[in-house]
Amino acid sequence: MTALVIAEHDHGTLKGATLNTITAAAQCGGDVHVLIAGHNAAGAAQAAAAIAGVAKVLHADAPQLAEQLAENVAAQVLAIASGYSHLVFPATAHGKNVAPRVAALLDVAQVSDVTKVLAADSFERPIYAGNAIATVQSLDATKVLTVRTTGFDPAATSGGSAAVEAVAAVADSGKSSFVGSEIAKNDRPELTAAKIIVSGGRALGSSDKFNEVLTPLADKLGAALGASRAAVDAGYAPNDWQVGQTGKIVAPQLYIAAGISGAIQHLAGMKDSKVIVAINKDPEAPIFSVADYSLEADLFEAVPALVKELG
Amino acid sequence: MKALVPVKRVVDYNVKVRVKSDGTGVDIANVKMSMNPFDEIAVEEATRLKEKGVLTEVIAVSCGVTQCQETLRTAMAIGADRAVLVETAADLELQPLAVAKLLKALVDKEQPQLVILGKQAIDDDCNQTGQMLAALLGWPQATFASKVEVAGDKVRVTREIDGGLETLELTLPAVITTDLRLNEPRYVTLPNIMKAKKKTLEVVKPADLGVDVSPRIKTLKVGEPPKRSAGIKVPDVATLVAKLKTEAKVI
Repeated sequence: MTALVIAEHDHGTLKGATLNTITAAAQCGGDVHVLIAGHNAAGAAQAAAAIAGVAKVLHADAPQLAEQLAENVAAQVLAIASGYSHLVFPATAHGKNVAPRVAALLDVAQVSDVTKVLAADSFERPIYAGNAIATVQSLDATKVLTVRTTGFDPAATSGGSAAVEAVAAVADSGKSSFVGSEIAKNDRPELTAAKIIVSGGRALGSSDKFNEVLTPLADKLGAALGASRAAVDAGYAPNDWQVGQTGKIVAPQLYIAAGISGAIQHLAGMKDSKVIVAINKDPEAPIFSVADYSLEADLFEAVPALVKELG
Repeated sequence: MKALVPVKRVVDYNVKVRVKSDGTGVDIANVKMSMNPFDEIAVEEATRLKEKGVLTEVIAVSCGVTQCQETLRTAMAIGADRAVLVETAADLELQPLAVAKLLKALVDKEQPQLVILGKQAIDDDCNQTGQMLAALLGWPQATFASKVEVAGDKVRVTREIDGGLETLELTLPAVITTDLRLNEPRYVTLPNIMKAKKKTLEVVKPADLGVDVSPRIKTLKVGEPPKRSAGIKVPDVATLVAKLKTEAKVI
C-alpha cells in the first residue's frame, strides 16, 4: 500500500498545504511518495525529498506542466497512478481543480475535504457547511482524496532523505492554455497558515475603513487579514481574503472577528480556530455563540483601543 | 451553439440543518429546498450569454427525485429554454461520479458546446462534478470562474485561485464551473414563472441513459460537529487583552 501525494508548489519551493497533505497520506498506512509535476522545479523536488516520512519523490519536468493546467497535471498523475492505493491532494484551489479529473479518469469516486483518516478506506469529512460530520468508506480500489489542511499537522521539512526519480512527462493536451494571472501582493502571513487572523465584515463600511481600522491591529499581532463574504462582495477586501465555506478554511491559534455577524457560511471557515474573539455591537450576532471572548462594542472604537492596549 | 446547465435541488442555504439522532444523515424532511446558489449563477451566466447572442439554446438538467422539477422550473424562469430531469429513486444517494456520468450521456445526446455548472453544492460540499464531467468527455475545464468571454471557438475564463486570479483560454467544447463573483442572478418574475410552466420538461431514467448510478462511497455515520465550549463576555478591551495574554496565552 503506497500513497502518492500530488504536491502543490511554485517550482522553487513547496506550498505549505503539501506538508499537511503528507501527514494525512502517512496516516493511510503505507509508504508516501510525492509527485512534483512542473517546469524547472528541481528546488521543489529537493524540498520534498527532505521531508520526514517521504520514501520517494517523482519529478516530471516539462514546459507544458509549468502553469499547472488541470488537463496536463491530471494526465501526468494518471500516467503514474497504477500501483498506488491512495492519490492524495491538498484541498486547495489547485488540488480541488485536478483531483476529481483524476478520479473520473480512473472511474473511482473521490472523498473531498478529508479532516480525519480513520482507516485506509474510512475518512471523516464535513458536509452542510460543517454543520454535520460524515464518516465515509470508499469502496473503490484506488482512493482519491483531497485533504483539508487545517485537519492535519504539517510534516517536518527536514529529516528525510528520499531519492528523486525523474519520470517521463505527458504531452500537452492542447485544449487549454494559460493567458495570465493577477496575484495579490501580500507581505503578511498566508491566510491558511497564519497563527493569528484579523477578519472584518460588512460593518467596516468601506475598503478604506477596512484597511485603516484593521491593518494596524494585524501589523501589531503579525496577523493575516481575512474577510467575510459580505465584506468581499461589497468590495472592501479582495476575493482571496474570504474565509468561509466557499472561501478559505482556516484554523489559527487566534481568530479576531470584527464586525462579522457570523453567518453559517462564515462559521464553516473558522470555527476550528483555537481561540475566537468577536467584536460586534449587536448582542444578538450569531458570532457570539462560537466566540471564546465576546466584546459587545463598536469596532471603530474597540479595535483602535485594542491596538493601543497591546502597546 | 447550445449550453447545458446542470442544477441541483438542495436544502436552502438559510436553513440550519439538524443531524438525525440515529446518525444516518441530516433531517431534510419538511425543510425548505432551493436551487443550489452556485447553480443559479450558472443559469444566469448561460442566460446572459444567450442574451448576447453567443448561445442559441440553454438546457437545464437536474438529477434526482421528482421534486427537482421545481428546481428546473426555476431555471426556466431565469432563462433556460427547456429542461431534462434524470429521475432517480428517493432512497438513492446520488454521488458526483454518477451525476457526471449521467451528464456525459446527456451531452452525447444533446451535443452542447458548453456545460456550465456551479463550483460546488452546499449540501455535500464536494466540488467534483464539473471536473469529473470534463474528464469523462475529454474536454478542457475552467473551474471557479469569475469572468467568461466566448470568442469564436475559444472561451477565455478568469478563475479565482488561492492568492488571486488567473486567466485561461479553452478550446470549445468546454466545461466551466462558476464561483460566487461571476454574476448576480436575477430575481425571477411572476410572468417568467408563468412562462416557465409552458416550457418543455422531459423526464428520463438513468437506465434510459445506460448509466450505473450505484454509490461508490458508503456513508457509515453522520454526526454533530464537536461543540465549542461556551465563551465569556468581556466588559472592555483591557480585560480582553489581559485574558488573551494570561488565560488563552495566544498573544
